[in-house]
Amino acid sequence: MILDWFTAPLQYGFMVKALWVSAFVGIVCAVLSCYITLKGWSLMGDAVSHAVVPGVVVAYALGIPFAVGAFLFGFGATVAIGYVKENTRLKEDAVIGVVFTGFFAFGLVLSTKIPSNIDLFHILFGNVLGISQGDIIQTLIAGLITLVVILLRRKDLLLFCFDPNHAKAIGLNTKLMYYTLLLVLALTTVTALQTAGIILVVAMLVTPGATAYLLSDRFDRMLAISVGTSLLSCILGVYLSYHLDVATGACIVVLLTLLFVAAMIFAPKYGLLSQLRLNKLYSQ
Amino acid sequence: MTQTLGITVDNISVTYNNARLALYDASCQVQPGTITGLVGPNGGGKSTLFKSIMGFLEPNQGRVSIDGLPIQQAQKRQLVAYVPQADEVDWNFPVSVWDVVMMGRYGYMNLLRIPSPKDRRLVRESLARVGMMDFCNRQIGELSGGQKKRAFLARALAQEAKIMLLDEPFTGVDVKTEKAIIDLLLQLRDAGHTILISTHDLASISTFCDRVILLNQTILASGKTEEVFTEENLAMTFGGLPIRGKGGKEERKKVIGNR
Repeated sequence: MILDWFTAPLQYGFMVKALWVSAFVGIVCAVLSCYITLKGWSLMGDAVSHAVVPGVVVAYALGIPFAVGAFLFGFGATVAIGYVKENTRLKEDAVIGVVFTGFFAFGLVLSTKIPSNIDLFHILFGNVLGISQGDIIQTLIAGLITLVVILLRRKDLLLFCFDPNHAKAIGLNTKLMYYTLLLVLALTTVTALQTAGIILVVAMLVTPGATAYLLSDRFDRMLAISVGTSLLSCILGVYLSYHLDVATGACIVVLLTLLFVAAMIFAPKYGLLSQLRLNKLYSQ
Repeated sequence: MTQTLGITVDNISVTYNNARLALYDASCQVQPGTITGLVGPNGGGKSTLFKSIMGFLEPNQGRVSIDGLPIQQAQKRQLVAYVPQADEVDWNFPVSVWDVVMMGRYGYMNLLRIPSPKDRRLVRESLARVGMMDFCNRQIGELSGGQKKRAFLARALAQEAKIMLLDEPFTGVDVKTEKAIIDLLLQLRDAGHTILISTHDLASISTFCDRVILLNQTILASGKTEEVFTEENLAMTFGGLPIRGKGGKEERKKVIGNR
């Protein structure tokens, strides 16, 4: 009976595809999310995901792969954010707010004025159940590049998140690290576009890392927990979306959030319950 | 043996984005093989001067050179180590003491940062030297104030840099640890290291600093501790003379020079 719940959907090709694509996306996002939460770049993730809209529209209009357009605009937005921040007295959150909404709104205008057969709803909320072969290939390429770059530069990226001044002091190129992290952020957003959709990508980029951060004091373990929760949410999310007939991205993010809440309450060291216990211990 | 040149600060001015003048026309030398104390009031520009020396911020004018080299080149050659103030560090970050000290070796490693046996040995030795070997598996937030300082000191040791900058190393540190740190700094100096240390713990300055630089928005005086670290000069540095504009500086220099 329970087994049926899992095996029945597998007779459909689109479900098998959706399952493994979501799992792959879940892994890529989970790995990056550890760096994003530690660096404090969650808002930046939100910015990149919204900023890709005009890129997607232009790409479809020109007949080039959507990933190329999305990547260029996503990365472009982060560069624009960096530039505005350097050259004005505004704080970063204000700059991010201005730039990404500008990109997003421009994308909405474009999408209604440029004739194309893209469904805005699918860009906004994802459509992994109807993902095409071409889109799968683009997702895979963007995700694999991300994983390889992070794997090769993981120690430098971690140092950059932890102590960029020390990185500078030992003669490492922190500008390069900054742009590397932005680059993989843009690539990951492209990867997750089809699964979660623009609005919810940020959850996949932040929540697994945030959950893991509450559960661990070591980066390796944090990475493992992040990947674990993300993978679980993505796979169960696809099943739920099939059985309950709701949007896949939404299911995945609801599960991610539930796991986060569970971690927040029950985490052995940093959870609310253990804090309560600790306070009680002290007050005795 | 090659002649080392220490640190040369040449006419640095720094204005922050909010138009606050932090430092103007600051020039000084940090002599090689000495411990130099950087002394001045809070907001007097000590951290700004440190950040300018380390290239963490770009001065509006002036130049810094280390051993005769521009900062970036000196840093690529692992000539300079920097021990940050406690409040510059994210103590919740999921790294262990061992991980942090190993970061001191990254500049010597290949691009994948895979530690060699030598890197491991130096990390062990550095940890042992500051008495932190027993804590090497602790997450950095689980340390006391003094242990935190010693962990970052170990990172600087592991880097094997000739020049070391320590920003307020005695804040939040007990007397015993302060003494241990001072002993270590003296050993390093005797081994030929150059050390620049900022502190507002005036009491200990004359016990271990060979030279002193007095700073309040510009360099007011610098030289041997017994000559510069006088009550009058300190009153000048921490006291209420006009501090903005060139007039203030000239006036102060004159007063200090006349003494």
